[in-house]
Parts: sequence; structure tokens; C-alpha cells
Amino acid sequence: MRLDDLVSAIQAAHASQTQLRIRGAGSKDFYGGMLAGEVLNVAGYRGIVAYEPTELYVTAKCGTPLAELEAVLAEKGQMLAFEPPQFSGASIGSAGASVGSSGATVGGCVAAGLAGPRRQQAGAVRDFVLGVKLIDGTGQVLDFGGQVMKNVAGYDVSRLLAGSLGTLGLLAEVTLKVLPKPLAEQTLVFAMSEVEAIARLNEWGGQPLPISASFWHDGQLWLRLAGARAAVAAACSKLGGKAMTLETTAGAAVNAQKHWISMREQTHPAFAGDILWRLALPTNAKPPGLDGLRAIEWGGALRWYAGEASEIREAVRGAAARAGGHAMLYRAPESLRCLEGAFAPLSPALLALHRRLKKSFDPQGILNPGRLYAEL
Amino acid sequence: MNTIMLTTETTFQTDRQALAARLKLILPAHCLLLDEEDLRPYECDGLTAYRELPMAVCLPETEGQVVDILRACHQLGVPVVARGAGTGLSGGAMPHAQGVVLSLARFNKILRVDREARLAVVQPGVRNLAVSEAAAPFGLYYAPDPSSQIACTLGGNVAENSGGVHCLKYGLTVHNVLRVRVVSIEGEVFEIGSEAPDAPGYDLLALMIGSEGMLGVVTEVTVKLVPKPELAQVVMASFADVSKAGDAVAAIIAAGIIPAGLEMMDKAATAAVEPYVKAGYDLNAAAILLCESDGTPEEVAEEIARVTEVLTSAGASDLRVSQSEAERLRFWAGRKAAFPAVGRITPDYYCMDGTIPRKRLAEMLAAISEMEKKYSLRCANVFHAGDGNLHPLIMYDTAKPGEWARAEAFGAEILELSVALGGSITGEHGVGIEKINQMCVQYKTPELAAFHRIKAAFDDRGLLNPGKAVPSLHRCAEYGRMHVHHGDTKFPELERF
Repeated sequence: MRLDDLVSAIQAAHASQTQLRIRGAGSKDFYGGMLAGEVLNVAGYRGIVAYEPTELYVTAKCGTPLAELEAVLAEKGQMLAFEPPQFSGASIGSAGASVGSSGATVGGCVAAGLAGPRRQQAGAVRDFVLGVKLIDGTGQVLDFGGQVMKNVAGYDVSRLLAGSLGTLGLLAEVTLKVLPKPLAEQTLVFAMSEVEAIARLNEWGGQPLPISASFWHDGQLWLRLAGARAAVAAACSKLGGKAMTLETTAGAAVNAQKHWISMREQTHPAFAGDILWRLALPTNAKPPGLDGLRAIEWGGALRWYAGEASEIREAVRGAAARAGGHAMLYRAPESLRCLEGAFAPLSPALLALHRRLKKSFDPQGILNPGRLYAEL
Repeated sequence: MNTIMLTTETTFQTDRQALAARLKLILPAHCLLLDEEDLRPYECDGLTAYRELPMAVCLPETEGQVVDILRACHQLGVPVVARGAGTGLSGGAMPHAQGVVLSLARFNKILRVDREARLAVVQPGVRNLAVSEAAAPFGLYYAPDPSSQIACTLGGNVAENSGGVHCLKYGLTVHNVLRVRVVSIEGEVFEIGSEAPDAPGYDLLALMIGSEGMLGVVTEVTVKLVPKPELAQVVMASFADVSKAGDAVAAIIAAGIIPAGLEMMDKAATAAVEPYVKAGYDLNAAAILLCESDGTPEEVAEEIARVTEVLTSAGASDLRVSQSEAERLRFWAGRKAAFPAVGRITPDYYCMDGTIPRKRLAEMLAAISEMEKKYSLRCANVFHAGDGNLHPLIMYDTAKPGEWARAEAFGAEILELSVALGGSITGEHGVGIEKINQMCVQYKTPELAAFHRIKAAFDDRGLLNPGKAVPSLHRCAEYGRMHVHHGDTKFPELERF
């Protein structure tokens, strides 16, 4: 597949006012609002365009599977530091592509803006976006950003596009900052209540400790330390007595890795269930007074709740807002997501601004209509 | 050299009396400047080569006053230029002759430092360094540290997406701001971002940061605070030629090390700095590298050992590791004082801000050295080597006829070479008015048009900082006409005039 094919497809859709649904591997079909429009399959536009390990960037076409990209980076000891989910295997919940799928693509990863366990330490997807080749809703190719670490020429459109769910344009190629993999990693496990975990995570977060991920579920807290060997060893002994198990053998390290992959991929039982709420809160927010807590990630900033009937939605959204954050209906039947909106509603002023921005990139409103908000 | 006038090409029909009368209804006398002698200090920012006198300077003390000023200007069709400390180096805060300067200087309170959540809520007129000072008792600090951090303000940092010497590891302003409160030109107040991650909707925070006062006026900023590393040490390495120093930078990254800071200075820069600061720099070296490691004592020891090994095999002729905090600060003092030090040896200097892929460094420095001959001007180079962000300091004397024009042309050539080498015309200083022509080299018509549409989504009458940051397509057509590269014009679709 060539860039021109994608350009012509969007130009034609623009001319005929046909709505398009941009799709890579489809690993995140479950995510966001309505799935509407003719499928524009972009998985065939794939491959790494440029990779410069010492310049710390990689440029890839949108259909490139993340697994393929990360394998190439791993050969040079590098990684995507935001640890994005690949959703490639059989999932516990309904998240994820069908078994045997090659999993999430680079374009979908940036369009969804979903980061994994290392988010709190390393940053969000957008923090690593250096440049984007975009095809807007009129079929025009636009290049924003570039391949250098620092670039303040013009508005930072590349980062704006992260998480825009394809509603502003097709992210045909993206350039991402890459980082070296840590030299050492160690996972500690603690028995801890929700309240205690939130307190400890915030206390540790204020100290110079090499914590690269945290995950709390059902009375247990997993803490991943990563960095220089000496730093990890020193942190282990500092956090010391509370460790339930300390992985020192190669076998145990592999187990720890599998464990974190199950969290990243959401195949861990914590993520099971038909309705799953994702609450983003200030790290130190007190428990928001909701039932059904399944997991806490990102040093306390991300909390997962199992939901039941839709009538609790106001309670969930209200509780998240009172705690200084916002709630997303992460997994639910599509009918429910369309009815309620997946994402927390915007203020009228912000929504109006969103509509003006949408219109400036996609004047006919043909790209992924309703995927982010029904009004976009 | 045919330069296009860098004054803003936008004009507005402002009625000075009507404007003054309206502003007097909003602001008490001590918050409003209208007399020429009071306006004079605001005629430029840190880029003193470009000056313009505004019609009024407003110094509001409350968000309500900001809202009222913007509403009034919107109704009257008067342009507004927001201003922090005025330390910017690209003329972003240069006033508009028919407009108002909106100074946020009195928004100087730190509203909250939250130790547990590791964040601070500050007003935009708070100085960068003051945030770290307020957080210090908790062992926390605000990471971005532009060289002007003792004076520059958070509002200005947000407008420019400021960096500093530690941004390779700790990020730019965009990576360290969680939320901003913004007043639109129509006087509407928005909250963008939140203390929680992944705010719903488009990432307007990314759009706002670095937007150079073109999209809204920031009245409050929430920043992330990070734990202060227990220890920092710096390795100073000398190199007999700059290409070896450039290769050493790549070798450090290739070894999987992301240093807390990685800076380079060439011989002209160390020669200017050493008599001034006495940092102990090797004056025989063609270039010196400063490589900082921070973290726990164990981590630093491990990293310093690896850095030392890499630099040695990369051909460093001399290596010194700071043995105390005082020595570390002395090594850095020279780098942080590079601009004023150069200011001591030349009547004027012009600071550039291009970024290039690190591997093109030697090529760039060789080209700059040729340009020194071509324009008969000297140039000292300091370089955020880890990020590929180069600050050539072109030395000139305004009093000598023609020197400024040559310095300007010299600078433009460096920026255009930065783009040709795969980089950008600005890494952290912003486009402002200074690099408005080079934006025509960096971007083509469709991207510039997209920028204008984004601007219109926020400010459809173009009243916020008009004429800055994004050039009009006509300006680019004109610039392209005088400046044709390789025989191809960049804006063939536009009518020539």
C-alpha cells in the first residue's frame, strides 16, 4: 500500500461526503465511542521508514505492528518508554483483537494515546511524539514536527493528534522518541490495602526512587524498579523488609516480565468484566467512594472499577470529578458507549473549541465521526 | 541583503482615546500605563534589535481584569500582546504599535505547593526558579531550567515551551505542565489539562504550550514537581576537534545512557567564558563536553564510570569529574554564563536557536566557521548537545554600519541550514518576530494554512499577538521570491507582487 492510495481514498470520501472509519489492526475497536463509516483499512501501509538509535527516534508507517517495531528497537537495546498495549493475544475481557492478530499498530497506538504501566514514570504517548505525517479530512498531506528532540516552530500539532482517535486526520506516519531499556529491573510485591497503597505510592513518588511501574489489585501491590543496577539494588534494600518475594533468579525475572505484560495487555483477571470504568485521578486522591475497585496503576493516578448497570454512570462520573479527575467508560457494549459517551463530557466552551478544531482539519466531518464525542 | 521588514505587517485602526477611556473603566490608575515614558520600557523583550511602542500597557491584578481587558480589546478590535518578564529571545513579546501590552507581572503568587501530589499551582508571573525554591523544603523541584530561570516566568515558559540544560532527561515545559487556566480573546475562561492524567478530548495543553501568546492568555499554571536527585556529578571532557566531540555525544547515547545534561562549548565560547567565570575550562581544547549524571549515589557512580569509559574511547584528551558540589556548580557556571560572557567581549551579540540531528554537528560547525569569513563576523557556539539544540552567538556592533544586517543574514543562513540538515529553526526560543521569515523555509503552504486555521479556531479576528509565530502566506511568497532555493519556488500557487 502506498501513501497515494490513502490520499486518494480520503480525497474520494471528501468529494462524496462519505464517512470513513480508519482502522489499523482493529485491536482497539472496543475503545471510545461509535464505530461509524466505511472501513478504511490502513494496516497495509506498514514498515519502518527510519530508525536512528543514536538520534533516539524511529519513524514508522501507521500500519506497522507495534510488536514488529519494538522487536527492531530491542535489537539496539531501546524501547517505546510509554509501554503501549499491543492487545494481540486472547484477552480476559473483550478487549483486544482476535487471537492470531498481529496486534496494535503504531498509528492506532498514537491515535488512541493509550500508554501502559510505565506511564507515570516515563510519560504519556504524546510526550514521545516528535512528528506526524497527517492526511487531513480533505485528503491533504501535512507534515508536522520532525525528528529532532526540540522543535518549537509552529503549533505542536503532532502532540495534539495523540489521542485524537483519528478524528482530525489519518496519522499516516509517526516519528517517536525512543529510549534505552533500563539495565536492571526488579519487581517487589507487598500486601497492602487500597488506602495504604495510595499513601505509600505517593510517599515513594516524592523520593528519588527508580520506580517504573506500580499495580495494585485485591490487597497486593506490585512495584517495578528499573534503572542502573546499583540504583535498583539500593532501592530494593531501602524498600526492603516489606517485600514479599524478591526475584533474583533468571526464572523469576521472566515471571515478573509476564506479570507486567498481563497488566499492559489487560489479560490480568483484574480487567475482567463486561463494563469497566477507567478513572484518571490525582495520584493522591482518596478512594472516591465507589464499589467495584479492580486495580490501581500509575502511582495512584489510574483506578479501574467494574461497573454493572448504566444507571451508575452519573455516580461514577460525579465521584471522579469530585476527586479532581475524570471517568471514562472504558469497556462496555457499543450501544451503551454510544448512548452515554465513552469519555467524560466537555464543558460547552471546550466542546465548541473542539468543534472548531475538528472543522479546521476535517470540514466535512467524514473521519471517525462520533468516535471521540458524538458531536465531533 | 534584501530583508523583508520584520515589523508586523498587520495593521489595526485603533482609536487611542477610545481605548484609553475604556481601559480606565477596567483598571485602577496604578495598573495602566499610557504615557510614552512609561511605555518605553516595554518596547522590546530580550531581543532588543526589534522595538515597537504600544498604545497602552495593562498590568492587571485579577483574572477578572484580564477577562475585561480581553473583552474590551475584542470589541474594539485592538491587538493584545501578553508579556511575562520580557526575557524572551525571539521578539515574541514585542508590542504592536496599535495595540495593548498585557503584562502578567503582577500575577506573581505561588498558590499551592502540594507535597504529596508533587505539584505546584502558580500564577503566570511567578519566576521559574521561585517554583523550585518553594518546592525545595520538600525535596522536590521544577525540572525545566532555562538559562534565564532567575528572571523568566512560568507564563513565558508556557508560551515558548522553554527547555534548559536538563531537558534530554527531564523534558521540556510541555512534559512538565499538567494544567493551565486560559482566558480567550473573547473573555471566556478555559481549564485545559488537569491534575489527573489524560484529560478527555483533544490535547489542547500540547497546543497551548509553545503557542507564543497566539491562542489565549494564561492566568494559572499547574506544574509537576519531581524529587530532587540525591547527588549530581559532572564529567568535563576536552576534545582536540569538534567532530570527535560530536561523535562522543552519539557514543554516549548509543551506550544506552541518557545523561541529566549533555552540553558542548567550542573554543570561542570557552575563551569568552573562562576569564569571566574561571570555571577551569581547558582553553586548548577545540571543544569541551559537560556530561552530568544524577540519581542515587550508587546510580551516579555507575553512570559516571560508564560515561568516563565512553568518552575515553571516543578520544577525549582530558577528563575531569567534579569532586564536590562546589566544583560541579563551577563547571556549570561557565556554561550558564556563556551569553553574558560573550556579551562582555562584543558590543552586541545575536543568539540563534536551531536544532539539528546530533550527527550533523561537525558539518554545521564547519559551515558556521565558513560563514564567519563570509560575513566577517565572529561566532561562539554553545550547544545543548544531547538535544541537538545549537546556540551560535554571532558577535557584532550595532554602531558599525552594516554589521547588524550581516549578523541577521548570518543567523538566517544558520537557521536555513538547520532545516536542510533535518532540524528546526527553533528548539526553545520560539519564532516570535525574529524567525518569521525562516518559518517559510521550515514549512510549506499547506502546513502554514493549517496553523492559520488553528489560530482562527481560538482567535478568529487575529487579535492575539498578530504577525508573530506563523507568517502570512504572502510574506512567504515574498520571502521565497527573494530567496529561491535550488531554483524551485516554494509557493508557486501564490500570485507574485
